[in-house]
Amino acid sequence: MILQGKNALVTGASRGIGRAIAIELARQGANVAVNYAGSEARAEAVVQEIEQMGLKSFKVQADVANESDVKEMVKAVTSKFGSLDILVNNAGVTKDNLLMRMKEAEFDQVINTNLKGVFVCTKAVTRQMMKQKSGKIINVASVVGVTGNPGQANYAAAKAGVIGLTKTTAKELASRNIYVNAVAPGFISTDMTDQLTEEQRAGMLAMIPLAKLGTPQEVANVVRFLASDDASYITGQTIHIDGGMVM
Amino acid sequence: MDEIFDRVKALIVDHLDVEQEKVTMEASFKDDLEADSLDVVELIMELEDEFDMEIADEEAEKLSTVGDAVDYINSVQ
Repeated sequence: MILQGKNALVTGASRGIGRAIAIELARQGANVAVNYAGSEARAEAVVQEIEQMGLKSFKVQADVANESDVKEMVKAVTSKFGSLDILVNNAGVTKDNLLMRMKEAEFDQVINTNLKGVFVCTKAVTRQMMKQKSGKIINVASVVGVTGNPGQANYAAAKAGVIGLTKTTAKELASRNIYVNAVAPGFISTDMTDQLTEEQRAGMLAMIPLAKLGTPQEVANVVRFLASDDASYITGQTIHIDGGMVM
Repeated sequence: MDEIFDRVKALIVDHLDVEQEKVTMEASFKDDLEADSLDVVELIMELEDEFDMEIADEEAEKLSTVGDAVDYINSVQ
């Protein structure tokens, strides 16, 4: 139980990788606030699963790119839990299209949620973490932010942005004992990847040395490590969880 | 005014670990009190707590001396 007594907020935690992260942090002893955008019932299911482990949890609806929503959310977490030790910026959306066909709105929406959302949430928790003189922020980026990916100009740009934001925030806040790292998942089996065609799937598998998809749990395992004091000399890094796809 | 100055001064002495005598109304946070930009942000946060008020980012950016902070707090209290 390496996160005993810690309080965490996970954005986009109602499903997929975010859900696995929320549950894994709880399994290690953390109380977890479950942020969601639309899937209230699924968020509630995550809350119940965490409560069954004897830990505190609650769901909180907020658009991560909306500063006033996020301020309210962070206030709710600190008033219910008393502190905020771990923020996992996981919320993300995709709106894939070839650059030539991508609409401005599709670009903006993905940048807003996936990049601006990380900025807004990070800024909102920083005050609390500076007061505590401790904190762990883990951003969920993506290998496509490093490699690029046809059809994902918006998503790849946002995720590359998250990596730059991670490094900058790590440098700004290191003196206050706040750690900021990113994970870059590769091909992980979730609702998002289920939308890919068989052809896309086969093409991606051919590029993965471990020749299999990752699981949300495999991402959650690394986030749990970065959220713990075991990672006490690691900040500003992006850890790839991709079966060796990008080296 | 003096009471506000004394409270601000106590906070600064504690937070920036500087000698009392250096904290005058004219003292600049960055130049005279050797605060870096993050120290100033933190100091503003502590002033907000101490005086139970919110200082907007645009206002906070204008506060460069101890006197600026005291005057600002005085003007909104």
